[in-house]
Amino acid sequence: MSDWPLYEVFVRGKRGLNHVHVGSLHAADDEMALRNARDLYTRRNEGVSIWVVRADHITASSPDEKDPFFAPSGDKVYRHPTFYDIPEDVPHM
Amino acid sequence: MSFDNAYEALTEDNDTRWAFGTGFTDPLAGMDTSVPSGVDAAELARSCLWLGDDALIMSHRLQEWVAAAPELEDEVALANIGLDLLGQARLLLARAAKADPALVPAVNQSDEDALAFFRAAEDFHNVRLVELAGGDFAFSMARLLVFSTWRLALFQRLVDSPDQVLTAIAAKGVKELTYHRDYAARWVVRLGDGTDLSHERMQAGLDEVWPYVDELFDGENEDDKALREEFDAVMAQVITAGALKQPYLRPVPTAGRHTEHLEPLLAEMQSVARAHPDATW
Repeated sequence: MSDWPLYEVFVRGKRGLNHVHVGSLHAADDEMALRNARDLYTRRNEGVSIWVVRADHITASSPDEKDPFFAPSGDKVYRHPTFYDIPEDVPHM
Repeated sequence: MSFDNAYEALTEDNDTRWAFGTGFTDPLAGMDTSVPSGVDAAELARSCLWLGDDALIMSHRLQEWVAAAPELEDEVALANIGLDLLGQARLLLARAAKADPALVPAVNQSDEDALAFFRAAEDFHNVRLVELAGGDFAFSMARLLVFSTWRLALFQRLVDSPDQVLTAIAAKGVKELTYHRDYAARWVVRLGDGTDLSHERMQAGLDEVWPYVDELFDGENEDDKALREEFDAVMAQVITAGALKQPYLRPVPTAGRHTEHLEPLLAEMQSVARAHPDATW
């Protein structure tokens, strides 16, 4: 219905370290997208920071390339930090 | 704890930030609601009632956009603003009732509900600006701009009120109203400085609202004049940015305190509470 471009919204929660994708919305421009994100995605005081980006500015991997993209890393167990004991006081792991 | 869910913190802490939980508890719970010495209780009650009525009726007009707004995103924005104002109305009506219980109709309801749902039109004290019915989106943005600019300037002064409850209500309201004004101003500028059609309709909306501006400023003292000057300065800035013309229309004559639009609004707003006076929420 809307001919406004689609934006993707990323919110960093109060306890969060990273911005996390929470959804999308329509807006006429970047500034409106930010305002709309505030109204749609932080109504319950969730966020302390918002990023918006036009969906067509995101370059995404294609489902067709799933195997060549991701399968080769599947059997490289030495890339996973499973051979270490993480000390108790290391945060955010 | 996982850190990749922005909404996780919602389930923690207390839930006082929720506008409406499962229980419609006393909005002033936990506050010292005694009237400070030196404050005229009846006068305080009257101020709170007037401010509460403005918020209640404006909130209802904003709610009418729900399911009718031009974009889903703006529907949520208008509902948010309406809900902010409904919250202000709850607090202010409750404060009015505490300060002067004689104002409250004798029905088996909470004070705020009794005031909202069991008064007749002639007992409402809202400004006519908020009653006006219909109008397009441009009209609604012009009205919201005028309303929130005026109310923000007013609340910024009430933060220094001698009544501690009104002070707290005003401090909360200032943050809300700052956003409401910003939202409306952005739309007025966007439409005013947009296409020929949007400009024309924005100007028409502003012209329609303008006759109801003067009644917002009926005081004569220095502070009332300063309030008006502040309002005019903000409006002039937005009007200029939106390439619009300041309307020079004479105020509508004060025939009766309300327009013909208030009664139908109340009939709708009060119908459920009146049909089921003993219902519990």
